[in-house]
Amino acid sequence: MATSDPSAINPGAPTATSIPRRGFVELLLSSGIIATAAAFVYPVLRYFVPPKTTDVGGDSVVAGKVGELKPNSGKIFRFGSRPGLLILTADGEYRALSAVCTHLSCTVQFRPDLREVWCACHNGVYGLDGRNILGPPPRPLESFDVQVRGNEIYVTRRRES
Amino acid sequence: MTVVRNVRNWFYERLEWDDLIAPLRKKTVPLHRLSYWYFLGGITLFLFVIQVLTGILLLLYYRPGANEAFESVQYIMTQVQFGWLIRSIHSWSANLMVFTAFAHMFSVLFLKAYRKPRELTWISGVILLVLVMGFGFSGYLLPWNTLAFFATKVGTDIAGQVPFVGHAIMVFLRGGEEVTGATLTRFFGFHVAVLPGLVTVLITFHLLLVQRQGMSVPPHVEKDWNANPTTRRELKFFPNFALRELMAWYTGLGVLGALAAVFPWNLGVKADLFASAPAGIKPEWYFLFMFQTLKMIPSKVWFMDGEVLGILAFGVAGVLWLLLPFLECDRLARSKQWITGMSVFALAYVVAMSVYGYVAK
Repeated sequence: MATSDPSAINPGAPTATSIPRRGFVELLLSSGIIATAAAFVYPVLRYFVPPKTTDVGGDSVVAGKVGELKPNSGKIFRFGSRPGLLILTADGEYRALSAVCTHLSCTVQFRPDLREVWCACHNGVYGLDGRNILGPPPRPLESFDVQVRGNEIYVTRRRES
Repeated sequence: MTVVRNVRNWFYERLEWDDLIAPLRKKTVPLHRLSYWYFLGGITLFLFVIQVLTGILLLLYYRPGANEAFESVQYIMTQVQFGWLIRSIHSWSANLMVFTAFAHMFSVLFLKAYRKPRELTWISGVILLVLVMGFGFSGYLLPWNTLAFFATKVGTDIAGQVPFVGHAIMVFLRGGEEVTGATLTRFFGFHVAVLPGLVTVLITFHLLLVQRQGMSVPPHVEKDWNANPTTRRELKFFPNFALRELMAWYTGLGVLGALAAVFPWNLGVKADLFASAPAGIKPEWYFLFMFQTLKMIPSKVWFMDGEVLGILAFGVAGVLWLLLPFLECDRLARSKQWITGMSVFALAYVVAMSVYGYVAK
């Protein structure tokens, strides 16, 4: 029921002041809802990101015991969260390398018949010093320092100088 | 805004949801001074959705297993960004959900909403409450801390006291004779697969019934309305009631967020299978009334073990509770008074025993 008198009390009728007021309430409501959503979405998005894992064990591990390896053989050991490869060469010298292939991160192995390090996934071959010789690997394997203390063989990551 | 409208129109041309919403637009909710009690079921549903969402988030880092469970929860709480908050919300929401489910049940009881034709809604609701408590019991063990370990030991041992089938139930729950890592694996399976599946099916059934039959009107309100038809008032379900419900959910979210942030749930000490139970050990608050009752029954009553008697009594009470709508009979006015009296007694008993269990040494 519209009246011609604009001052008549009729809360439902659109008047000059009711439009901005409605707009203000809508703004308040929608920004409140957006703020609530943000307050919940932000922590969830951060939650999805896994924390950085620190390599437990530091820079030095016991890779094996003296006498465990025969000359011209190798074994995988655990170096932090990744595998390492300990080799006893035919000359009786210990070598330690990262066992993670630089091509696509397969775990490499020592091949006594080749006297070289071989990756079974894509036929990559590395020398005993870790140099990439054949196949797809783009970079040499990281090589580690080996020390024999008493009965134990310690492998240490080389400090970057 | 025109972008939103265009997107909406694009979908509307393909989905044409008018006929889907039409029944919701026609649906009404009775409006009277007790209408606020109708919100409790919706809030329980809302908290269940929160549980599913935060539960999925926790699954990204949680590892079941006696050697890893405690450490993984510790990891969530100390290393994962906002991990403490997600776990705290999950724990708080679980407790609030049990509370609102109980409150919903007693409101349905006192508003007499269980009567014909809503017997199936009542039955599915009581089963849902039991499943929710199962969620609480199984989830409580997952962090593998001392309190949880002993609560599970005692809880499964109680199940083992049931005559004839008790031992089999206990072995089934524990995955062996003792509470070990095998129990944890099992409870994890119940908590994240079996119970969610059952609850989802039952909630769907429960809600379908509510939609189909509409909200019940308490008998005394109905009587007033029949005597004076002009006082009958109704609210449109959509959008009026739905918006009010949404406001209740929003408030619930605020309360939950505040509780979780201000009072983060603690983790306790890792379970040691060969350590003594710490003094003053108690179950979660919603099991307290049963725990306290069993504690108070003497060890021998006539020819029966006290524990067995208590468990049998709770079993009988549970079955009667489930079948409550069938105990009320229109021809017997007395039956209504009996049920009201029994309901008041049940509520008083649960509250009193819980408080007693909480303060008792």
